[in-house]
Amino acid sequence: MNKSKSNRIVVLGVLAFLMVASGCKKKQPAPPPPPPPKAVSATLSANPTSIEAGQSATLTWSTENATDVALDGNKVDPSGSQTVSPTQTTTYHLTAKGAAGTQEATAQVSVTPKATPTPTPAPTPTVTDDQLFAQMVKDIYFDYDKADLRPDAQQALAQAAQVIKQKGWKVQIEGNCDDRGSTEYNLALGERRADSAKQALIRDGISADVLKTISYGKEKPQCTDQNEDCWQKNRRDHFSLLH
Amino acid sequence: MVKEKRNGTGKSSLLLLGFMLLGSFLSAAAQDRIKIELNMGQERPRLAVPDFKAANGDPQTAPLNTVFNQVLWNDLDNAGIFDMVAKSFYPSQTPGQPAELQAKAWGDPPPNAGVLTFGSLGVNNGKVDVQGWLYDVKNPGAPQILGKQYKEDATPDMARMIAHRFADEIIARLGSGIAGIAESQIYFVSTRSGNKEIWSMDYDGANQKQITKLGSIALSPRISPDGSRLAFSGLTRDSWQIMMYSLELGRTVAFPRNAGDNFSPAWASDGTKIAFASTIHSGLSEIFVADANGAGARRLSTGKGDVSPVFNPKTNGQIAWVSGRTGLPQIYVMDADGSNVQKMTDQGYAVSPAWSPNGLLLAFAWVRNYGPGVLGGSDIYLMDIASRQIIQLTHDGGRNDFPSWSPDGRHIVFQSNRTGNEQIWSVLADGTHLQQLTRQGRNSQPNWSFK
Repeated sequence: MNKSKSNRIVVLGVLAFLMVASGCKKKQPAPPPPPPPKAVSATLSANPTSIEAGQSATLTWSTENATDVALDGNKVDPSGSQTVSPTQTTTYHLTAKGAAGTQEATAQVSVTPKATPTPTPAPTPTVTDDQLFAQMVKDIYFDYDKADLRPDAQQALAQAAQVIKQKGWKVQIEGNCDDRGSTEYNLALGERRADSAKQALIRDGISADVLKTISYGKEKPQCTDQNEDCWQKNRRDHFSLLH
Repeated sequence: MVKEKRNGTGKSSLLLLGFMLLGSFLSAAAQDRIKIELNMGQERPRLAVPDFKAANGDPQTAPLNTVFNQVLWNDLDNAGIFDMVAKSFYPSQTPGQPAELQAKAWGDPPPNAGVLTFGSLGVNNGKVDVQGWLYDVKNPGAPQILGKQYKEDATPDMARMIAHRFADEIIARLGSGIAGIAESQIYFVSTRSGNKEIWSMDYDGANQKQITKLGSIALSPRISPDGSRLAFSGLTRDSWQIMMYSLELGRTVAFPRNAGDNFSPAWASDGTKIAFASTIHSGLSEIFVADANGAGARRLSTGKGDVSPVFNPKTNGQIAWVSGRTGLPQIYVMDADGSNVQKMTDQGYAVSPAWSPNGLLLAFAWVRNYGPGVLGGSDIYLMDIASRQIIQLTHDGGRNDFPSWSPDGRHIVFQSNRTGNEQIWSVLADGTHLQQLTRQGRNSQPNWSFK
């Protein structure tokens, strides 16, 4: 400590002494010393001590010989209770001040995340639109470097058209090619394959504005083996339900 | 090669045989003619390229000198216009500066060089200093042809760049006025980031870096003539659109979209027009031309499955492209207004036309024999447009596709799956100096810059 600070303390100490001294009753027999102040006590509890997010707990406290009681900074009665709904685990502080001093008490409320609700039993599954679409509008396949529809493809499309019309579906037709050709030419060939299917569906009574075409060329193959089985699988139109 | 039943009759088989015989008879003459058109000239200077000397003992000097010497040698060796003197013939003493030059030692046999390049490289205070000379060592007095000095930050990239610049100076001086390609770039498609994006690399395969981050599928990169913008075809949520990436801004910039699918953009060599394929008119892919900003698109072709347009870069008055209008894809040429359509190939499966910078040749990919069962070996061919003579550039089997010409018209970069998966390769247009440029991931559709 530097010199000016220690000087100040001496001065204060002297002043304090003087104040105390001057506070004493002058020239009278010393009265009996006042009884020591009763000890301050404080208790705080929470019930329950553990809740789920969204639930509540009750804080209950009591104090003795305290004049100034605060719960986390807010003045409260010396004893009482309060409902709390913390969103996360929280420790509550009760501070009780009295003549004899200060006492603190704490209580913790643990918060666990909301439990997932018990699932209601699933209803008997019904076929969704996506599932029905996949069943009724299957891939059609093409010959090498060809975009014309084989008889089996024409038949499949005629049947698909019935369901598409009935359900009012919007359809994306995706033309694909096997990987032996050139990237750019295959994009063009895929467009021709998609367009072939589109024209057939229009002939079968579907409106052009519910049909969208796109080509993926050889960019999205179903398989990559170098044999005719795989190449045939890739020379296809695939159909998607547009939501 | 599995032979499947072909649709052709006996007559077309005879014709095919006849064509092949005629083709082989013509091939010698065709080769000569094409060689002339490739500017690969009869007279090739004999060039000696000894390593540059380390100018000092700075720890960075030796490694940068190694990089420099390697790149300089490769650039000159790959230029296709020099008869490189084999290093085993070099005299034991090499000059680092003109005062040290003993021209006779180089001009006389065994080296028998006509021209000599030499110099020194040193690192000082974080900068690399290179001094290089080119001397005529055959003529009396051994005149100096070139003397150059370079100073850049001392990094391997700068050492490469200096070597490229010096090589290009030598090539421009000795190579009948056509600029060297050592600083040109190749743009290509790579899968190595997880999906197909556009990448770039130096012409020798160095500095490979990702450009686009579409996160979908990006195809058919085409760099603009001034090198500032990269056009490509990108898959959006529901269609293919021509997209434009600005290399200056480091991002895609606005380019008109339409309700169809759009593929294979191509630039006119004056940078004012872009040709591309679009389904916007008929649902089938047709050739359109628009201004470089995408405005004013008009339809040129009316074929079934037309794609892959390319301008004649010498005149911009013609466009070659691919059409499936008669069945298998064939190469066609039309005037830039859509008139005067000519069919250039009439058999097999012909795609990916690329027009040489001098306007005289078409490179393309061709499966001469086709059919459902044939595994489809596709090779790169060169066609002299005026005479329709064709020579075969690749022979080693596999699928070779997407040829693209270098700015000097002497090199071709292409994709090949000869190593098992698609990679980018470059080759001199006379078939020599075949080099693999990429190794990681699958790499395809290379496009050589205009300069």
